Amino acid sequence: MPLNTDKSDSIIPRKSGVAPGEGAEKGLITLPGEADREVDGLSDTSFVTTKLDQVVNWARGNSLWPLPFGTACCAIEFMSMVSSHYDISRFGAEVVRFSPRQADLLIVAGTIVDKQAPVLKKIYDQMPEPKYVIAMGACATSGGFYRAYHVVQGIDEIIPVDMWVPGCPPTPDGLMYSILKLKEKIERGEIRRG
Amino acid sequence: MSTLTKFSAIPYTGPAPTNRQPYVPAEAAAMDTRGAAIAAKVQGLEQELGQDMATFLVDKARIVDVLLALRDHPELQFTLPLDLFGVDYPNRDGARFDLVYQLYSLANNERVRLKVPVGENESVPTSIGVYQAFDWFEREAWDMYGIGFAGHPNLRRILTHENFQGHPLRKDYDPAQRWLLTDQGIATITPKIAPEFQQNEDESDFERVTLNLGPSHPATHGTLRMVVTLDGETIVGSEQEIGYLHRCFEKMSETHTYQQVIPYTDRLNYCSAIINNVGYCMTVEKMLGIESPERANHVRLMLSEFYRISDHIICIGTNLVDMGALTNFWWLFQPREEIIALAESCSGARLLPSYLRIGGIAVDVPEDFLRNAQKIVNMLPKFIDDVEALVMKNRIFRDRVEGVGVISREDAINFGFTGPCLRAVGVPFDVRKSSPYLGYETYDWDVPVAEGGDTYARFLVRFEEMRQSLRILQQAIDRGLPPGPVMVDNPYVALPPKAKVYNEMESLIYHFKLIMHGIQPPVGETYFQVEGGNGEVGFYVISDGTKHPYRVRVRPPCFPIFEAFGKMITGQTIPDAIAALGSLNIIAGELDR
Repeated sequence: MPLNTDKSDSIIPRKSGVAPGEGAEKGLITLPGEADREVDGLSDTSFVTTKLDQVVNWARGNSLWPLPFGTACCAIEFMSMVSSHYDISRFGAEVVRFSPRQADLLIVAGTIVDKQAPVLKKIYDQMPEPKYVIAMGACATSGGFYRAYHVVQGIDEIIPVDMWVPGCPPTPDGLMYSILKLKEKIERGEIRRG
Repeated sequence: MSTLTKFSAIPYTGPAPTNRQPYVPAEAAAMDTRGAAIAAKVQGLEQELGQDMATFLVDKARIVDVLLALRDHPELQFTLPLDLFGVDYPNRDGARFDLVYQLYSLANNERVRLKVPVGENESVPTSIGVYQAFDWFEREAWDMYGIGFAGHPNLRRILTHENFQGHPLRKDYDPAQRWLLTDQGIATITPKIAPEFQQNEDESDFERVTLNLGPSHPATHGTLRMVVTLDGETIVGSEQEIGYLHRCFEKMSETHTYQQVIPYTDRLNYCSAIINNVGYCMTVEKMLGIESPERANHVRLMLSEFYRISDHIICIGTNLVDMGALTNFWWLFQPREEIIALAESCSGARLLPSYLRIGGIAVDVPEDFLRNAQKIVNMLPKFIDDVEALVMKNRIFRDRVEGVGVISREDAINFGFTGPCLRAVGVPFDVRKSSPYLGYETYDWDVPVAEGGDTYARFLVRFEEMRQSLRILQQAIDRGLPPGPVMVDNPYVALPPKAKVYNEMESLIYHFKLIMHGIQPPVGETYFQVEGGNGEVGFYVISDGTKHPYRVRVRPPCFPIFEAFGKMITGQTIPDAIAALGSLNIIAGELDR
């Protein structure tokens, strides 16, 4: 039985739920049961015309398979994001793969040091196209407050980055937001590589 | 107008500036007496007076004999090696470096510090024969300071990479000077075959294969790497490579002020950040001769215990994920979110709160702190019981963990284990009991101990420790928060309240001085230890009277534990190694610093 999140013994402040359908128009993203929602105009027609690119991008954006390259504190917050409370599976990005061959989203969660840099480059090179990179947190973005003799000052020294997430470490909602933004970008077809 | 004359006319009668007198520890007299007693029993010790633990200068030629004598003397029994590190004094007459050894005696509950002066380009005889733990510690001293060790079998860099030039913790090394590692520079690691497998290579049906695990491997959590040699499925040799998260904590501490070091300590063991804060802040407070207010101590204790539970939750959860039991991870992360929410309500930050300050805590806790804490304490037992019921009597699970990753009691002590891993071999050593701080001695709780030293024993200890932490927390909640301030009333340590800064000249000056010149502890050195999630977290701070620490050394509990990992998995298989690795709870931030 799932934990009842409305239990009074939880200390996490929660907003009251939004009925399916109503929230979507307001741009809210907490949507239990969105799949049941009827899309206007689709129910009584038998075909839709679109461009192949758009369908492919729509599919890509909605099923990102992340590879968590978690090295430090940010990896713990990544765990929070995939686990029960935040639950990234609501947005189709829960299939965490530890093999670069099976992933299309590299989440660099944590400090990359000079000793680790060739490893990160190799992992990135092994990923199949199209591939996307999120630099999670201050260290991956810029070295953070480790302006030091053994720390890479931002992973864009080594690999291209699509999204930078601020925070030390970023909150799970922050990381989730970046995944949604990346999804929007993919669906718009802005990111093309290879 | 009256304000100005009023405050400029009153002579200041508060506490004196902190850096005008040399640091004299409170326990100096007792330690001098004890040190003299130890020096009478062991040859070659020259006592250094006025320290916070018995401290001796030892000639480098005699160090191995002295260590042996301290370890084996029936009345001393300094069996547990705690730490070995260098300190650089470039402007000193005589030898440039001090090599500092710290040992602990489980029998007498006392500590000893040995200092060995070493000149540049000189070497010290290796002490691996006395304490196996010092293998990696000596490599670290070589890497960081260039101190050589004669007779060390594998003296190569450990934290920095192969292309690195120079020794970064020397005072003349530029903190931002980087060296790039290329693919060509990466060294090949060939594990040494364990002695018991060296003979029978010809008898085996298999060719020996060397396999690399990590640093990017699901079970190594990002930054651990081991290279194993396999004979069929049996691991016959293993070498662990670390340094994939060496973020230069110790060098960064030297370039920041005392308060600015606090966020760096959060990121050592990031699963139990508050405990590191407590360790560091209490070390500096010890030097300053101040005590944080009772209310702050109470909050420190409660958050420490909450974070200890959170640390064990992550360890147990991820270890079970590595073994294929995903449910427990999802289930345990729910109460962990509540713990994080409690920290967030206090500090505004989730995982790494940086909530403590030297002299107290940053801000007072919210009004509903105790009520929320009670809710979490009520909620947690069910989750712990559920997971324990799911795994601890589960046949499949027990087959995977019983007798896996075993370490003997003697080896664990000789390797310098502390914390849950040491208690899993039956040694009831817990810093909260042996040298209590924050008032742990006034609480009614037990130190859980298990026998066997295998992965199962470590699980048992961690589960019971969470329950004991809950016991402490329940008592702390029942006592209630003591009234009063949360910061010391000392203008050389704590910032004056904002309202006073805007309205009083004197407070404005103190504010300015503290921001610009920082906290300046008296000249001296001290060591203080707390019980972290993985064992004894100790901070050794040297002050030269300026706003920057001269040296901050953290005693990393994971470091010796991961060092012993190769020994624990030899003769077993790769899946056993995975199960054992998770149960050790190696946190890379603390391992590599």
